[in-house]
Amino acid sequence: MLDILLFGALPYVAMVLFLVVSVRRYRYEPFSFSSLSSQFLETRRLFWGSVPFHVGILAVFFGHLTGFLFPRELVLWNRVPVRLLVFEVTGLAFALLVLFGLSGLLWRRLTTSRLRVNTSPADLLVHAMLFFQVLTGLDIALRLRWGSTWFAEALAPYLRSIFLFQPDVARMAEMPLSVKLHVVGAFFFFAAFSYTRLVHILVAPVPYLWRPLQVAIWNRARPQNPAA
Amino acid sequence: MDVRAQVSMVFHLDKCIGCHTCSIACKNVWTDRKGAEYMWWNNVETKPGTGYPSAWEDQEKYKGGWQRVEGGVQLRAVGKVRGAMTVFHNPNLPTIDDYYEPFTYRYQDLFDAPEGADQPTARPISMVTGEPMDIEAGPNWDDDLGGSPMYAANDPNLEQVSAAEREALFEVQRLTFFYLPRICNHCLNPACVAACPSGALYKRGEDGIVLLNQERCRAWRFCVTACPYKKTYFNWSTGKSEKCILCYPRLETGQAPACFHSCVGRIRYLGMILYDADRIQSALAADPDKLVDAQRGLLLDPNDPEVIAGARRNGIPDDVIASAQRSPVYRWVVEWGLALPLHAEHRTLPMLFYVPPLLPVMAKVGDTGYDTSIDDFLGTVDSYRLPIQYMASLFGAGNEGVVRYALRKQLAVRTYRRAVTAGDVDMAKADSLLAAADSNRQQADAIYHLTSIAPFDERFVIPPMHREQAIEMMEDPLTAKGFEGFGFRQRPERGA
Ligand code: HEM
Ligand code: SF4
Ligand code: SF4
Repeated sequence: MLDILLFGALPYVAMVLFLVVSVRRYRYEPFSFSSLSSQFLETRRLFWGSVPFHVGILAVFFGHLTGFLFPRELVLWNRVPVRLLVFEVTGLAFALLVLFGLSGLLWRRLTTSRLRVNTSPADLLVHAMLFFQVLTGLDIALRLRWGSTWFAEALAPYLRSIFLFQPDVARMAEMPLSVKLHVVGAFFFFAAFSYTRLVHILVAPVPYLWRPLQVAIWNRARPQNPAA
Repeated sequence: MDVRAQVSMVFHLDKCIGCHTCSIACKNVWTDRKGAEYMWWNNVETKPGTGYPSAWEDQEKYKGGWQRVEGGVQLRAVGKVRGAMTVFHNPNLPTIDDYYEPFTYRYQDLFDAPEGADQPTARPISMVTGEPMDIEAGPNWDDDLGGSPMYAANDPNLEQVSAAEREALFEVQRLTFFYLPRICNHCLNPACVAACPSGALYKRGEDGIVLLNQERCRAWRFCVTACPYKKTYFNWSTGKSEKCILCYPRLETGQAPACFHSCVGRIRYLGMILYDADRIQSALAADPDKLVDAQRGLLLDPNDPEVIAGARRNGIPDDVIASAQRSPVYRWVVEWGLALPLHAEHRTLPMLFYVPPLLPVMAKVGDTGYDTSIDDFLGTVDSYRLPIQYMASLFGAGNEGVVRYALRKQLAVRTYRRAVTAGDVDMAKADSLLAAADSNRQQADAIYHLTSIAPFDERFVIPPMHREQAIEMMEDPLTAKGFEGFGFRQRPERGA
């Protein structure tokens, strides 16, 4: 029963919340979309937290994405032991980078009085969820070795089944505890995502790379070339 | 010719008395809010001095503005590639300690203190943490400390001044200072706009006012680094940057911006100017000592029929052109050559111009007290109490000629007016001084009039903003009748 709730229903709750709340928030509360940078209040320790954390988490994120989208290719790549080792060790290194950065960020937030007064419950929730994910993830990497290989057979079908709206709850139910925790944690993460500052990821300023530098906005129609 | 219109400004520094009324007017209207307490969209600083935020002119530290590169200009820090590399931690971002920690006092203690032998005191408390604090800095902490080793001696502009002269500057007899009121310059090539990766910052096409859309700002905070004048500020509570809006809601209803309106010294002038956007690229690439002239060269004579035709072609309404013709700014900047841009070397093309101050220049202290003789006025421009290189570093992008020109002309006008009113100067001498300063009696009278006696609506020629047209473009006003308005749809508070 609990398995059905956690692995059959929760993913859909998370998905709906993630999509609906993000869109609603973007449309009706655009002012609340912000990375809520705290560098203005504290800069030195932010460097040792934010940079390793973000570099690590982006690498880990794209690592997961690769596994979700191309499980077969990943297994093929991993057939050569050296490649497997390279992939896993790189992943582990980035995960440790995340852990290092995240610990720094939390430590900084809790011990700087200027930051403490400027921390919302949502910020603490984000830190807690990320810690949970990193720790369960590290546990899987270290104890259930070579996840990048067994993942394709054991977990990828479950993920696919979610998106096909026929969740393969039985497959998940057989998984070891740390895998279950990591997966359930991820669902909670996505469910809470749009209520927190994490929405800054959705508005990462990629279009800047091809935008002209200067921006001019005209209220009246321009009879001629409106170049900035 | 691509004619555009820009609201631009002149501050006459000889008239600033450093009263900070402008700053207070602005603070009361716009920044008296949580997270904005430390912001002074208008601030007044003492020069020589380090200003606000501390040593903002030190671009080695803050890396603001543009620098010239092969084929154009490039942001000194941030920008597309380097921005992406520093988004998670920006090494050139000023922090609250570069400004000051905002504070108030625990006044309630004065009432609640138990009876005792000592007077109760109101302890200062931080407006960030609410905890008691020691006040170590404020927005005008260097006020009037023109000779202080802590502030004046660390003025970045003194790098242009020779060591001997710097030493002489701090001799008690030579100590001097003047005030520099600063707001956003509403630049033609705004570094803040170019640096904002969200596209939250923009220049209004019709009047050139630079605004920051609060609903699109995501706290990537590149604008704060990019502006060489440090005139975008980060609201630590809402997680949004903010900046001077040139009181556009006031301008749109025909009123001068709050700092202009309240200025006690009447140092401020505002009006529309027309400029040629086609020439911006070449002006940006000018050599340092030609920068001021290149920038002035962008401004167009609003009475030139060709310019008027170009303006009409670009859809600039006739009443806006007429307003540009009455504007005091073109006269100060181009016709008279008296008003100069601040730190033009950062190539943002600032549209706020300063008339450099004569006062600390002229008054010499001799053995017997102030030397008020006017025999050798033009000589004094080069031997005055603030070295000309210093002024050139501020107002000439290093070019002493443009500063000397402005100072000489002011001296000539002053001599001429002295001949008219006091009569103790030979009029022939005044005439020759005027001629030597590239001026004449007629111009001197006009300068005198605009400097000293021009009334409100000659100093502020507020262009018709035609908001009615803008609103009709966006929506039918009748559909909005009876609704709550166009403002914030939710309270501007920190997101989760
Ligand atoms: C996509 C690119 C991303 C960009 C450009 C970005 C940018 C930023 C910025 C500018 C900050 C503010 C740092 C400061 O205080 O000055 C921040 C904070 C944060 N970001 Fe990201 N981020 C990205 C991706 C992510 C991802 C993938 C995650 C996690 C899943 C994440 C989690 C966080 C957290 C938790 C904070 C708050 C740190 C703290 O102050 O304690 N970010 N991000
Ligand atoms: S002064 Fe600074 S904030 Fe104002 S327009 Fe120029 S670059 Fe932008
Ligand atoms: S109100 Fe006018 S005179 Fe007073 S400090 Fe401001 S600019 Fe100077």
